[in-house]
Amino acid sequence: MTAPVIEASVPDEAGSADFLSGNPRRRAKERIVQGGVALAALTSVLVSVLIVGSLVYRAAQFLFGLNSPNAVDAADAREPIGFGNLFSDQWAPRFFEFDLKTLIFGSLIVTVVAMLVATPLGLGAAIYLAEYANSRVRKILKPILEVLAGIPSVVLGFFALRWISPNLVQRFSDAEGQSLLAAGLGVGLLTIPLVASISEDAMRSVPDSLREASAGLGARKKTTTTDVVIPAAVSGLVAAFIVATSRAIGETMVVFLAAGASGNSAQFTVDPLERGSTMTAAMASQASGTDGTISELAFNSLFFVGFVLFAITLILNLIADRYVRRVRQVY
Amino acid sequence: MSVVEPILNRRTSERVEAQLSSGGINIANHIFKWALLACLLFSLIVLGVLIYDVVTDGWTVLSTRLDTFLANPTRVSADESGVFQGLRGTFWIGIFVIFLTFPVGIAAAIYLEEYATDNWLTRLIDINVRNLAGVPSVVYGILGFTIFVSLLKGLYGDVALSRGNTTTAGGLTLAILALPVVIITSAEAIRAVPDSLREAAYGVGATKSEVIKSHILPYAAPGILTGTLLSLARALGEAAPLILVGAVQGKLGPKTGFFELSQLGEKFTAMPIVITDFAKQPGAQWVPVTSAAIVILLLVVLGFNAAAVLLRNRFEGKREG
Repeated sequence: MTAPVIEASVPDEAGSADFLSGNPRRRAKERIVQGGVALAALTSVLVSVLIVGSLVYRAAQFLFGLNSPNAVDAADAREPIGFGNLFSDQWAPRFFEFDLKTLIFGSLIVTVVAMLVATPLGLGAAIYLAEYANSRVRKILKPILEVLAGIPSVVLGFFALRWISPNLVQRFSDAEGQSLLAAGLGVGLLTIPLVASISEDAMRSVPDSLREASAGLGARKKTTTTDVVIPAAVSGLVAAFIVATSRAIGETMVVFLAAGASGNSAQFTVDPLERGSTMTAAMASQASGTDGTISELAFNSLFFVGFVLFAITLILNLIADRYVRRVRQVY
Repeated sequence: MSVVEPILNRRTSERVEAQLSSGGINIANHIFKWALLACLLFSLIVLGVLIYDVVTDGWTVLSTRLDTFLANPTRVSADESGVFQGLRGTFWIGIFVIFLTFPVGIAAAIYLEEYATDNWLTRLIDINVRNLAGVPSVVYGILGFTIFVSLLKGLYGDVALSRGNTTTAGGLTLAILALPVVIITSAEAIRAVPDSLREAAYGVGATKSEVIKSHILPYAAPGILTGTLLSLARALGEAAPLILVGAVQGKLGPKTGFFELSQLGEKFTAMPIVITDFAKQPGAQWVPVTSAAIVILLLVVLGFNAAAVLLRNRFEGKREG
């Protein structure tokens, strides 16, 4: 009874190895699949090439444009602007004022404020989740951070403008409705989940044997945490800090809404209570200017700023990557 | 080495000794624990205040004129403005992400985990993907503007009502933005598939692509789906790249239907852009409208997020048990 069943389900060639490895159609299909997925992987490299290419091309156009008399509209022929305008005291592309340090200091102020908020709060939350919370508590509390991470930045921008600014910033200072401080606080809230999730991963990858050794010596949980787990996870914590810094520098919408640069012009300032602009906000304002008369040189400044921003975040990401690798190598 | 040192240094051992001999409740220990919990609860408070604030501010709009709010385009008057065009744009951007990013991202992850050998090209792709994930979103906008907007300007030509800043350009830009995260999370899910499963499949004579299709992808599916849903939610909430691509802030011309394909070649806007536009309007009458739009965006984005988290928790529980 069983013999015919087997005969029916297994073809004659099944016995030979040719059937498994030599079927040309099967092998062709394998090659097609492999080629397809390899192509998909190469897409990511193409994306990088295109990003760098588009940035470099028009950033170079901007720099050459500064030094050539044809850069300005033909109707309004002027002398070359020269590199001097890269070092004035305001960022106002419409008036050919391209003071990069205005934007860099704006970004720096926002980032420092953001990290002052995000580092202690994110790290504290991560330590609690990794070292203190049992799995039931973790399951309830961890989604808080995940929901916060899922809030779109434009929503936090509105929150910074309508709630943080009047209720926190203006209550304790005479700042206007929009300020670099309000924007920085908003960006800080945005980066808390990022700091927390990378730090938590780093601490959870510390082997339990270290904790047990410490407890075995009679150390309390706090001593174990501060003197054993944190030092052991330090490269991961540094990576968390750098990644979050990079994210804060690259954050656009919160600053665009809450920092208060009007019409893409900002005065140089180092006071967080003043209105200001950042690299990202300047790019967004430049792009949302519907003004048709804007000159090509002013428009190309967007790409120049984008290139500087890209370079800064790339360097930070590469450094962070190195620290993350170090964690992986140790354990 | 550096790991062991902290335990051996004198300060710690002194502290341990003091603790061993002191007995009773250590107050510092408790303060430390509660301070940590407070850090975590701070995020909860922020979330609570944020959601309470937008819901109460937006409630007048959501409770009295939800139908017109969902059906109207952006208008000059706050009382008549709606989010129809924003929802439509966000829907189509989602379509681009689902149909472009998901297949390409998952395929790239399959290549990196299952096919790639450890050579310079693999290392290049690997480091490249991780760096792309850290590129600020506004920079993707530059890519979208230079490549897609310029290309599409030629493609749609005079017929279009736009200068290349079309739904297609916006969708492609955000599809690219979501790609690295999809690759990274999918690769992680595939890496977690136990080798025994692969070996069992090879053992009965399956080819590589058959192993991937019948064993690896089904096993990794929950992890892949979680990652893709999170990246979709992130893409739908992005505003900065769309501003650079030229999404319309303010009034948007003709009223194309929600599902009409012709809008792929027309100017567009999206929910985050509509919110930006509302938020920038002067005057208190725009606050309820902005808040209502935020509530709707949050429902969409947090809905996808919640689905992803639930999915992961459910499968994590099953695998452990």
